Amino acid sequence: MHANNPNLKHQFSTLEQQHHSYVAGMWVFLATEILLFGGIMVSYTVYRFQYYEAFTAGSHDISLPLGTVMTAILLTSSLFMALSVRASQLNQPKLCALLLAITIILGLIFLGMKAFEYYDEFHKHHFPGRHFAFHGVHLTHVALFFSFYFVMTGLHAIHMMIGIFLLALMAVLSLRGHFNSERYEPVEMAGLYWHFVDIVWIFLFPLLYLVGTAQ
Amino acid sequence: MIIGHVVAKRVYFLVFAALMILLALTVTLAEVNLGRFNIVVALTIAVIKMLLVMLWFMHLRYSSHLSWAIAGAGFLWVVVMFALIFSDYLTRSWLGGVHVP
Repeated sequence: MHANNPNLKHQFSTLEQQHHSYVAGMWVFLATEILLFGGIMVSYTVYRFQYYEAFTAGSHDISLPLGTVMTAILLTSSLFMALSVRASQLNQPKLCALLLAITIILGLIFLGMKAFEYYDEFHKHHFPGRHFAFHGVHLTHVALFFSFYFVMTGLHAIHMMIGIFLLALMAVLSLRGHFNSERYEPVEMAGLYWHFVDIVWIFLFPLLYLVGTAQ
Repeated sequence: MIIGHVVAKRVYFLVFAALMILLALTVTLAEVNLGRFNIVVALTIAVIKMLLVMLWFMHLRYSSHLSWAIAGAGFLWVVVMFALIFSDYLTRSWLGGVHVP
């Protein structure tokens, strides 16, 4: 059985073992990503405690309604991602590709809104540097908030671009018949990456958009 | 033969509905002034949302115990990083007269 099944790579004994190895390996990579974003979030929290008023003032300036819509779009894209992995599991390559395309479109809408937000912040001279300007006090500390804002959302946006590229690749491979019920792991791994990027945003949203709403 | 666990569509839709309700809840509660507890409430909801995504969308619920251990290790190290850094920053003022830069 072993030598005859084209879905089983030669280094594995069974399809289950192959599947578990893919998933465990992907989680090792995701654990390093958790620490990458975790490190930035720790330093953000340190400065938020120290410059509480400045960070609240900075957060006030980013649009909460826009951030809420962006979060909703990203959560919806995660639903379509989960459904596309399911379609791949059930031998439905065309449905899988279609659901991946919807996920990609939602991701692109998210990035478009992000670009609009960046444009707005640049326009208001909120990009840290020589031309930074902010009404009110705590100027240097608000600049620190915006440094965190651009680094955190920028790194997240780069991850999304990589994710969109991976999903497009998976859609093409799915249409070419590379996946079936016994071998759909690449789609699932791309999905794990996409969901992880979604989780990063789930934390960036309260940290950047919600900290100053009530104050 | 299907490898891995196929989750019912209904479960995905339920998880998605829960995520949207939690999003509405966190935005609503952010408008209420709870002082310093605002961030605690917001991050608690974020952790619940994360667990929903990880357990169902990412299939961690149906993954091997090895995967659980690896995912848990990632978060454990973040907690260690938080604990050590804040045991420094939050206790500096206890010495008295020491200015925190």
